[in-house]
Amino acid sequence: MAENTVKKEKVERQPMPEQAANVRRRNFEEVPLGYSKETAMLEASRCLQCKNPACVTGCPVGVNIPGFIKEVAAGNFSEAIKVIWGKNSLPAVCGRVCPQEIQCEGNCIVGKKDKPVAIGNLERFVADMARNSGGVELPAKAAPTGKKVAVVGSGPSGLTVAGDLLLKGHDVTLFEAFHKTGGVLVYGIPEFRLPKAIVASEVEMLEKMGLKIECNMVIGAIVSVDELFADGYDAVYIGVGAGLPKFLNIPGEDLIGIYSANEYLTRANLMKGYLFPNYDTPIIRGKNVVVFGAGNVAMDSARTAMRLGADNVRIVYRRSRDEMPARAAEIHHAEEEGIEFYLLTAPVQFVGDENGRLKQLEALKMELGEPDESDRRRPIPVKGSEFMMDCDLAVVSVGAGPNPLLTQSDAAITLNKWGYISADPETGKTTKKGVWAGGDIVTGSATVILAMGAGRKAADSIHNYLTWGW
Amino acid sequence: MFKIVKREEMAQGTVIMNEIEAPKIAAKAKPGQFVIVKANETGERIPLTISDRNPGKGTITIIYMVVGKSTGLFKTFQAGDAFQDVIGPLGKATHIEKLGNVVCVGGGTGVAVLYPITKGFKEAGNKVIGIIGARNKELLILEDKMRAATDEFQVCTDDGSYGRKGFVTDALKEVLEAGKIDLVVAIGPVPMMKFVSLLTKKYNVKTLVSLNPIMIDGTGMCGGCRVAVGGKTQFACVDGPEFDGHQVDYDGLMKRLRAYEADEKAAYAEHCKCMSGK
Repeated sequence: MAENTVKKEKVERQPMPEQAANVRRRNFEEVPLGYSKETAMLEASRCLQCKNPACVTGCPVGVNIPGFIKEVAAGNFSEAIKVIWGKNSLPAVCGRVCPQEIQCEGNCIVGKKDKPVAIGNLERFVADMARNSGGVELPAKAAPTGKKVAVVGSGPSGLTVAGDLLLKGHDVTLFEAFHKTGGVLVYGIPEFRLPKAIVASEVEMLEKMGLKIECNMVIGAIVSVDELFADGYDAVYIGVGAGLPKFLNIPGEDLIGIYSANEYLTRANLMKGYLFPNYDTPIIRGKNVVVFGAGNVAMDSARTAMRLGADNVRIVYRRSRDEMPARAAEIHHAEEEGIEFYLLTAPVQFVGDENGRLKQLEALKMELGEPDESDRRRPIPVKGSEFMMDCDLAVVSVGAGPNPLLTQSDAAITLNKWGYISADPETGKTTKKGVWAGGDIVTGSATVILAMGAGRKAADSIHNYLTWGW
Repeated sequence: MFKIVKREEMAQGTVIMNEIEAPKIAAKAKPGQFVIVKANETGERIPLTISDRNPGKGTITIIYMVVGKSTGLFKTFQAGDAFQDVIGPLGKATHIEKLGNVVCVGGGTGVAVLYPITKGFKEAGNKVIGIIGARNKELLILEDKMRAATDEFQVCTDDGSYGRKGFVTDALKEVLEAGKIDLVVAIGPVPMMKFVSLLTKKYNVKTLVSLNPIMIDGTGMCGGCRVAVGGKTQFACVDGPEFDGHQVDYDGLMKRLRAYEADEKAAYAEHCKCMSGK
């Protein structure tokens, strides 16, 4: 270490303080604890303030990253949040759930030789400072245009569209099918990764800016898109997500104790099943839990099961570690909390008891063959490798499809062959005049920030349409 | 908030009728569709089929049996009180058309769901035969409304305390023997729907049943309401709630309805204890 001190003082990437793994695996408190002011300023000092910042090109909503980091380094936190708000209305969310390692931080020049600047941690710090300090100045709004916009779905893309169009002076109403706003941020992402009070606070901020919210509105069932236009809306944005769970389609899948990840996480998060009986929605607490799939949603499900008192939680995935779609940080957190990984393992069937409750899983080993159409090596079953695993709770987290409830209700909105809405990738325009779409209902399951990026583009296009008629 | 404008107790307080202000739902609801009702912030989302609607007044009517904590809590709501959330109309509406002779069979609280469908088939010009049943006279609901909505009507009670003694399937068998029937609609407890379907299958008469499994969102998102129909997994909330009675795996459905039995019993016992002030 001695020789290091002789060189020009180099600041290491500041680690994010976290709850210890053996403690947090049994509670629902947030895992990272956040930077202190001093740590944040020190970390911000690592930014090179590049003239042509590569980090910004990696950000789907184009946040002025060096701009806000400069303010943090100087201790001007309230200026920093204004810089972020210029491009991102949900920074407290993005600082927590964006895959920075493949976006801004993945492009960071410092990261070429050293660890990249902790842009996500800094964004989170700035957003939390602003929220906790109370009296934040609202961003300036353009004069009212008199145009009405209906945003269907209150997830990340809908909230982004709503925020952008409010600032441009439009009258925006947000329709949500559930009884609470936030979409996947509320029903899907667990409390320990994204506290619900933060989502509520971001939505509240939009309400202060004039957003109208109508919950319990299943558009397509209670009101059609055409009826929205008849009610005086000038444009409609559809961001209803990809809410149709996929199952494994193996024998025994209807046994009690087998959930889709959507159901499991909705029970736990939106309905607060983890607080049963103080909240009325029950959730099965498994002792031997198996989660199928290896994406972020699978990690969320596995870590939720651990927090609900499981003795062991196993991720069963038919490919190898290299193909796991979850963020490295999520896999790392899961492993630290004692989640076991059964890789190259595929489910064969579920076995139940006489009451129809899940008792065991039959699985088999796989090996990797030649690359398939997804360019990943195809898993091939190993003959005779079947084995049994005790299992009283299983969560199927192998992706979601498009929910047809709204899309089937309007024939003028064209769908692609998989049932997602056909929309222009640059503008979000659908085949129906005055209707835009974005997020998972267009792309299939993706990330919060990509949905927000789609919302940003659609908001610009909607604004042009409302202003110029195109 | 969704205000209760009218409340009635039926079947000795075991079944409750609420007429609720929900103008947008009332304008759209069709027979066979359901709503999801949530009492308050900490409440559970409970699916209940819409029993009647009054678009002019902007109200819908739900009728539910008090079976657990959530319905126990609903029961405490008086006229003037409000549900925090009512979501709908959900599910596919009953396909009502003129077929000829239609038998509508209802058991227990299922009669509440059967009633608007019965009315619909009658209005569509069918000859409608109604059969409703309950364990005893006190537990019968909507007898007068069902009588008015049908051309022929009979009541069965398990104990013979009213109408004919026996199950609805006994009465249905006679009707099936007596003449050509084009459709049977059976709504009630799962075992009743199962036995009605077994019977009508013998006579090769198409049968519709309405299922009410455990749900959360009611929009196809969670898959909790999945039920095997003709060997294929269907979501009752969006593919139903009505299905071909001859294809439904009733035994599987009954098991899934008991998924949270222990939790439900404990929560209800706690609720009853609180309500009695102990």
